[in-house]
Amino acid sequence: MQPVNAVELRNVTKTFGSVVANNNVSLEIRKGEILSLLGENGSGKTTLMNMLAGIYFPDSGQILVDGEEVAIRSPKDSFDLKIGMIHQHFKLVDVFTAAENIVLGLKEKGKFDRKAISQQIRDISAKYGFDLDPDRKIYDMAVSEKQTVEIIKVLYRGADILILDEPTAVLTPQETEKLFSVLRNMKADGKSIVIITHKLNEVMAISDRVAVLRKGEYIATVETKDTNPQALTDMMVGRAVTLNIDRPLPEDPKDRLEVKGLTCLDDQGVKVLSNVSFTARGGEILGVAGIAGSGQRELCEAIAGLYPVSQGEILYHSRVDDEIDSLVGKSPMEIRDLGISLAFVPEDRLGMGLVGSMGMTGNMMLKSYDKGGHFFTDTKPPKTLAQEIKDKLEVVTPSINTPVRKLSGGNVQKVLVGREIASAPAVLMAAYPVRGLDINSSYTIYRLLNEQKAKGVAVIYVGEDLDVLLELCDRILVLCGGQVSGIADGRTVTKEEVGLMMTHIGEEGSHD
Amino acid sequence: MTEKHHIQKEPLVRMAKREGLSQGKKWAIRLGAIVLALAVGSLFIAVLGHNPIAVYRDILSGSLGGASARRATIRVAIPLLGAALAIAPAFKMKFWNIGAEGQIMMGGIAATYFALFWYDKLPKPALLLVMAVASIVAGGIWGLIPAFFKARWGTNETLFTLMLNYIALGIESYLQNGPWKDPKGTGFPIIAMFDQNARLPKVFGVHIGWIIVLALTIGMFVYMKYSKHGYEIAVVGESQRTARYAGMNVAKIIMRTMALSGAIAGLMGFLVVSGADYTLNTGTSGGVGFTAIIVAWLAQLNPFAMVLIAGLLAVLTKGSNTIQTNFKIPASAADVLSSIILFFMLGCEFFINYRLIFRGSKHNQVPTTAGTQEKKEGEDHE
Repeated sequence: MQPVNAVELRNVTKTFGSVVANNNVSLEIRKGEILSLLGENGSGKTTLMNMLAGIYFPDSGQILVDGEEVAIRSPKDSFDLKIGMIHQHFKLVDVFTAAENIVLGLKEKGKFDRKAISQQIRDISAKYGFDLDPDRKIYDMAVSEKQTVEIIKVLYRGADILILDEPTAVLTPQETEKLFSVLRNMKADGKSIVIITHKLNEVMAISDRVAVLRKGEYIATVETKDTNPQALTDMMVGRAVTLNIDRPLPEDPKDRLEVKGLTCLDDQGVKVLSNVSFTARGGEILGVAGIAGSGQRELCEAIAGLYPVSQGEILYHSRVDDEIDSLVGKSPMEIRDLGISLAFVPEDRLGMGLVGSMGMTGNMMLKSYDKGGHFFTDTKPPKTLAQEIKDKLEVVTPSINTPVRKLSGGNVQKVLVGREIASAPAVLMAAYPVRGLDINSSYTIYRLLNEQKAKGVAVIYVGEDLDVLLELCDRILVLCGGQVSGIADGRTVTKEEVGLMMTHIGEEGSHD
Repeated sequence: MTEKHHIQKEPLVRMAKREGLSQGKKWAIRLGAIVLALAVGSLFIAVLGHNPIAVYRDILSGSLGGASARRATIRVAIPLLGAALAIAPAFKMKFWNIGAEGQIMMGGIAATYFALFWYDKLPKPALLLVMAVASIVAGGIWGLIPAFFKARWGTNETLFTLMLNYIALGIESYLQNGPWKDPKGTGFPIIAMFDQNARLPKVFGVHIGWIIVLALTIGMFVYMKYSKHGYEIAVVGESQRTARYAGMNVAKIIMRTMALSGAIAGLMGFLVVSGADYTLNTGTSGGVGFTAIIVAWLAQLNPFAMVLIAGLLAVLTKGSNTIQTNFKIPASAADVLSSIILFFMLGCEFFINYRLIFRGSKHNQVPTTAGTQEKKEGEDHE
């Protein structure tokens, strides 16, 4: 028997100004299947699903639910059609309990019966294998629990079609496995599930079919069992790509940066870094792994002189002579002049390190505008540098004066990383440099980092993707709740071991 | 599915962002807005029982026809332009200084002190210089206070600068009714007219302030575009985190810029008391600090564009004074007329940035070819 489609999109187009986010996309979601929506960042996956969730309205095209044409004008219309979307950024009220968040916004008559609601939530949890206490407050919850609340929220509203936007981005490998088993239970119950992702191994592990988008265009849908990661990558990128990252053996590594017992407090006096000790060596890449918010940012900022250090030492071994400088107490400018460079790519890419409204030239000046001259800025050297970086890293921009916010993500990051490398650093901290990048640009960045490593620079790479960390880094420092839970050899450690260290403080490895 | 019938239709009106509108089209929209504003204004005038064309003609002749009218218009434009220039660096830094009103007043008060009590102790040039410096310092301090609190404790600068306006006004009222009250004022609480020594000289019939604000215009343009300070202001305005990452001292930049902003506004207070009014009263700042926000905004913080906009608003202000007397139109009605024009001018920016799509309209088609998407943000091509 032909499977019935739960949802069908026909020739859907959505534009934002002159940017075409979805061009003539047609897609079918079958009943009782898990469909992966695969594509690189900016390929239009989220936009497409947001039209099902009632966030956007298509410019043209049709949406059919259960074979009937519908117009979804608001999230409420979407709920009424039994569609529920779990967004990447959770939309929960922190001071409410799980149960309160779940019923929030429902207009049911009669009195607010907490007991009945909690019982219903427990029933749903038991049915699909969730683990959730309905009476716990959101602020007490870990990220994975918050995600559970979001999922139950849409189930409680009776959703039959669930859309999950990058659900595993915030999860450890163990939590991901747990989520997948829940999703399989839901599928067995007849629900249709769409998961938006760009991670190939997950696509292979969970889905029945894979739909691929590229630059807003629909490419194809294939059965997962008939495909493989290489074929999917080729579809996603549009041509053949190799998926191996180079990892040459470090040549003559020398201690460059020594962190001893580093402790930092945030403005509330809470320890964000606790007794962190490690050594970064010139000529190697030290990876930093951890769940988001485990102290990665604070660590980078403390080294760069941007975060107050309350205890501990940061020692810098000079490249030229054997002099040792203590970085604690130095200003960011002084630390930069010693040759320690930080390239931090935040979620929004531009918030730290780049000025969106300025062109490449203006951004090149950011860390050197103060040099030379008195009152006026000297724009010549940054202009030359901008031109060099544009040519060398093949930055695609109409001109070096085009505001960088108009460039694509990959090009923005090339500008940022290019500038940091151009300062010929002795220590290069790259935090999330491939965040949101497509495969090609990511590999360009890895290549750049490896070049620096070959030059004897001590590279500290803070990353999100464990697979990449395991392939790129010589050693991996794992942070857990602001503490070092271990430093592992990147060539021998397994993903599961790192995943375990991300959630537990281990005994071995953390040297005092 | 009973709920189907009410979710069948697409929404009546939708907004969509538009980009890459040519300069010509943008100006056509702006011109259209002004024409529309004049048309709506005509309706309003007709309802009041006057001939719109005659009223418009008198607005122009009252502000631009004849040398004395032109001089009066320029006198209105001077503090307006100056205050807009003062606001510009603060706004560029996204520090919403709506306290120019109070900064002008404080500058006026400081200048008045020397005009009232030092006029016979110093030669004219020295006295005027001292008054100018005093107004700059007083305005600068009035600008620095909210900046200090913002930099230290993250207070809301909008509320803070707004409140300081009332304090400045209160100080002026106190002085006018008490210590500085003119003993010869026959009981009226007014401040005495300045001595000739404390009045600004005239060049081409208008006080020298017009040369000062034009010089400030060029100076501000150079400062914002080519100086290190201007660069820092632009970075802080875009993102304080980025500024911090670049090693900038954000607190220092905020305080320095606001001191400058307040100082220029304060200087305008000096120009008003010493160049136009020859005295200090509650109307010294007279809403200039607020109107200047409109000037700065419409000019998109470009100093040269501010000259034009300030001129245009001065024409409206002076012209509406004329029609009040010529047609016996009440002042409030004249204000309504200039507000209509301002409303349309500000409102048309929305249509420059967005377009509306109505249900079932032909515009639902994709407006661009795939080729243009290549250069745009958010895409991940290489």
